[in-house]
Amino acid sequence: MHDNRAWFGVLPVLLIVSFSAVIPLITVVNYSVQDIFDVDTRLFVGLDWYRETLRDPRFLDALLRQAGFSILILGIEIPLGILVARALPTEGRRVGLILVLMAIPLLIPWNVVGTIWQLFARPDIGLLGSFVNGLGVEFNFTANRLDAWITLLMMDVWHWTSLVALLTFSGLSSIPSAYYQAATMDGASRWQVFRHVELPRLKSVLMIAVLLRLMDSFMIYTEPFVLTGGGPGNSTTFLSQYLTTMAVGQFDLGPAAAFSVLYFLVVLLLCWLFYTSMTTNAEEQ
Amino acid sequence: MKAIQAAKTGGGQWLLYLYGIYLALPVYWLVSLSLRSNQSIVGTTGDAGLTFANYQEIFTNPVWYTGFANSLSYVAINTVISVTVALPAAYAFSRYRFIGDKHLFFWLLTNRMAPPAVFLLPFFQLYSAVGLFDTPLAVALAHCLFTVPLSVWILEGFMSSVPRSLDEMARIDGHSLPYFFLRIFLPTIKSGIGVTVFFCFMFSWVELLLARTLTGSAAKPIVVVMTRTVSASGIDWGVLAAAGVLTIVPGLAVVWFVRKHLVKGFALGRVS
Repeated sequence: MHDNRAWFGVLPVLLIVSFSAVIPLITVVNYSVQDIFDVDTRLFVGLDWYRETLRDPRFLDALLRQAGFSILILGIEIPLGILVARALPTEGRRVGLILVLMAIPLLIPWNVVGTIWQLFARPDIGLLGSFVNGLGVEFNFTANRLDAWITLLMMDVWHWTSLVALLTFSGLSSIPSAYYQAATMDGASRWQVFRHVELPRLKSVLMIAVLLRLMDSFMIYTEPFVLTGGGPGNSTTFLSQYLTTMAVGQFDLGPAAAFSVLYFLVVLLLCWLFYTSMTTNAEEQ
Repeated sequence: MKAIQAAKTGGGQWLLYLYGIYLALPVYWLVSLSLRSNQSIVGTTGDAGLTFANYQEIFTNPVWYTGFANSLSYVAINTVISVTVALPAAYAFSRYRFIGDKHLFFWLLTNRMAPPAVFLLPFFQLYSAVGLFDTPLAVALAHCLFTVPLSVWILEGFMSSVPRSLDEMARIDGHSLPYFFLRIFLPTIKSGIGVTVFFCFMFSWVELLLARTLTGSAAKPIVVVMTRTVSASGIDWGVLAAAGVLTIVPGLAVVWFVRKHLVKGFALGRVS
């Protein structure tokens, strides 16, 4: 039904969101084109901060690390999530309980996820850390870059794979039994069943899973902050952490603002992909 | 039937068990550390007996329990604001077409997906300028950045699965829109509202960056207290672990009631 009076329903949201998003965003854009010495001394510098940011090796390093991290966790979490979802029982009273237990990591505060893995992986007091070191393998995530990355990846896989599995499971349970019946009669192998029966029906939920994980991993801050603090060196400093250091650590208003705008644009692009894939899916159904 | 079952699950029970162990071990370790004294954790004494001293410390030390109280208060404020403003908006998106509706709906999503770090600088200045810095209200409003879009999207998903004939019947019966919305429509989607409340609560409860930046000493939330537990004698791992266990409790306490809608909530109402 077409009725522009529906705008009145949206107004409260607009009011709140203008306070929490519009005004801040305008402020950021405003800062990004000025050199600010203090409240009264400002200089319009055009796109200088953007040029500087794009040439800043630390920004580019953080961006590369970020992209690498996102690709790695997608490469592990999506296949693992699908495998776990396929291994889940489809019927019975146990299913609900298993799903709830699997969801627990998703409900833990992000900093506590960091704390849990810190306590678990530390070489001195951690179950995992002391076990690995007991095997004679040197393992210390606060000193060794590779160990830091391994711990971080294990943590993210622990934290979010269940989301992929739950989404896939809900997609799987919407496939009619008749499809499987037909496939069994044709003598299809497990792989063929997955490839030709399940995968086509899972397309939309997997798209959602991939994009949610991609975007949320792109803004990751809390877990590495607690676990490694971005170190050793800068080896686990991702975009959000670098930006935070710049914005409230050093108060570099101009460069931090230009950084924010660029960061936001990247996320906007990803978000648009998400939205288009959702809406095309909705139209297909 | 057995063959069909096999084709469905594809075997792989062992994978499920391994995954379960992988998920459980870190949590087991957290709980077990929370029940030990710090001396026994770092190994200065051999005593490894169970103790509830860490929990006692949290419930008696004002730094810890006010941290919990602060977190709960901004989470509660945030949830009330988000769900209240999102309800009419979600109804508008679900039932009407209007100028700019698609753009607006998309733009809301971009706020849910935007990294909070991007908004850090202006938030800090904005809330300092209006005198809200270091209050629960500042954090609650800042968290609206992602909880309001989240609520609108989830509620829209639930509302759209209610047939429009319900609206039409109410109109034919002569009910006004506000009466219909409050008395007939809201009770119909009450499980959707419950799920939305749960997700607002959760995403606000787990957030650290904005909560830390917008608070000083007075409104310091539990997640911040946890990252600053270093005392002169080093970190008290036992108390830290106990605090971790306690922050998981609220989520666990309610997850069972929303179990059927968890996926829908995480997928922003886009999965049935």
